[in-house]
Amino acid sequence: MANKVIYAVYEDPEQLKDGARKLVSNGIKVKDTFSPFPIHGIDPIIGVKRTRLGITAFMYGITGTCLATLGIWYFNIFDWPMNIGGKPNWHYYQNIPAFIPVTFEFTILCAAHGMAITYLIRNKTLPGMPARNPDPRTTDDKFIIEVRTGDNHGHSAEAITDLLRSTPVFEINERQY
Amino acid sequence: MHSEAAIREPLILGHKTYHDITTDIVGPIENKAPRGWYILTTIAALIAAYGVGCILYLIGTGIGTWGLNKTVDWAWDITNFVWWVGIGHAGTLISAVLLLFRQKWRMAINRSAEAMTIFAVIMAGTFPMIHMGRIWMAYWVFPLPNQLGSLWTNFNSPLLWDVFAISTYFSVSLVFWYIGLIPDFATIRDRLTKPRMKRIYSILSFGWTGNAKAWTRFEEVSLVLAGVATPLVFSVHSVVSMDFATSIVPGWHTTIFPPYFVAGAVFSGFAMVQTLLLVMRKVMKLENYITVKHVEYMNIIIIVTGSIVGVAYITELFISWYSGVEYESYAFINRATGPYWWAYWSMMTCNVISPQIFWFRKLRRHLGFTFFMSIIVNIGMWFERFVIIVTSLHRDYLPSAWLQFHPTWVDVGIFLGTIGIFFTLYLLFARYFPVVALNEMKSILKVSGESYKNQAAAQHHH
Repeated sequence: MANKVIYAVYEDPEQLKDGARKLVSNGIKVKDTFSPFPIHGIDPIIGVKRTRLGITAFMYGITGTCLATLGIWYFNIFDWPMNIGGKPNWHYYQNIPAFIPVTFEFTILCAAHGMAITYLIRNKTLPGMPARNPDPRTTDDKFIIEVRTGDNHGHSAEAITDLLRSTPVFEINERQY
Repeated sequence: MHSEAAIREPLILGHKTYHDITTDIVGPIENKAPRGWYILTTIAALIAAYGVGCILYLIGTGIGTWGLNKTVDWAWDITNFVWWVGIGHAGTLISAVLLLFRQKWRMAINRSAEAMTIFAVIMAGTFPMIHMGRIWMAYWVFPLPNQLGSLWTNFNSPLLWDVFAISTYFSVSLVFWYIGLIPDFATIRDRLTKPRMKRIYSILSFGWTGNAKAWTRFEEVSLVLAGVATPLVFSVHSVVSMDFATSIVPGWHTTIFPPYFVAGAVFSGFAMVQTLLLVMRKVMKLENYITVKHVEYMNIIIIVTGSIVGVAYITELFISWYSGVEYESYAFINRATGPYWWAYWSMMTCNVISPQIFWFRKLRRHLGFTFFMSIIVNIGMWFERFVIIVTSLHRDYLPSAWLQFHPTWVDVGIFLGTIGIFFTLYLLFARYFPVVALNEMKSILKVSGESYKNQAAAQHHH
């Protein structure tokens, strides 16, 4: 039997959540959902893990702080201690107040861009990538649950669609894959 | 589901569905532009071209074509720089600070306010670069390896802090804006039928899918970017103010500058948002999304920040007398009663007195009056920077060196030119980009939409 992918189309995010709950409570694995805006509370239902992007932002930020500190120390203290009004910069710690603004800005720069780039790569959203949403209406006004029979060996495609029909589903589409 | 008190005014008017939001906001991109758009864009582009011509003349001939003299060695260029940076503060404030405060009304205006921010910061960045005289050496502001010593940039200098602050602010705002645009570009991509346009929006949308994990990541990125952009917004204008405050020129040497500049920036930024949005909501028929309530919220921010600015002006004036420093008190007496008294009193009238009129509810909900006020505030804020810069410089310690500043046609041409470039960019944005964060709007439709709210209220009464 060929594997099938079932798309259950809903018109409201709350209805989609009810549908997903019903599937999951019957032991069916939901592959993914597609929606025009974030459906709050769907993640725990279908088992999407928390993203670690916030942690990466922190790490990029710390990297930025270290790079800025190292750079400023090298440029203005070690390599060329600038002499302003007869007061050369011999020590980093004596100059810290004046170095805070650039260190801060560079921290933000690294945190923001590092996280943004990681986000784009992890989402596989980069310039020129083809659209991969199953139905063009999911970026407009439809909310879709994707279920694959390959993930749910104990259930037939008919059983899954019957279950979906007992929820306020708008339409159900099936495809081979 | 999150619910909202029935007493709050709805943020989306009329009986809208998710699909209506898409159609209302993407429609103007798909259809032919109205004639007014072509007329406005032509006018803006002509002014922009004149400005570019003036800039090229300046670069070719030298800074001597400006009206600067040996006493007033900073004038319109830096005034315009600070004015544009200030205007560029509302966008990120709306999208970042209001996101952290969970203000849902931001969703209708954040996209266009951020576009405005980006274009304003581009205009601001132009001025220090052309003021260098040798613009081809502008890259010297970055600490790059070189064979001059080796000579590095001075990290003790507020001017260098500014380089880092403005470039960080510009690039982070751009990324924040674009990440929000990706899902909306995907909506346009999935609607369009003409192959060429579809291809362009397909590239712009980066292959967005809108699956559950992507949205989780999207929300995390938006939140963290808002978190890092918030201190960034405040730092940028603080650093701009330190260009003046860390010097020992009477009139500049004040510790009040950072918060006072930040408040002034937000004040002028919101005024510019009003100027642009009041026209745009009418022309693009977005009255149901950018409602009178939105205008009122922004006017409230204008009263608050305008009052902060007013308190700062009066504090400055009081401290200049209270300090007992002759030079400091003269600088302020000269501002109010010297040859530039008209600039000082224009600033006072436009920034301190006039925003207080918004205490009247009728007037702060009056669109025509708000538009008029937004122009007044922007004139006032330009004068504020002119007053701070020119009146502090034009009479220095030696009366024999006292001079007046007279702008030349190049000064005026470049300033007008940046306004032209700014409006050209904004009009192009309004034509080809989704001007309202449409997918974000959909997420509040069933909570703050008028028809849904009334339904909920009706059910409650039964």
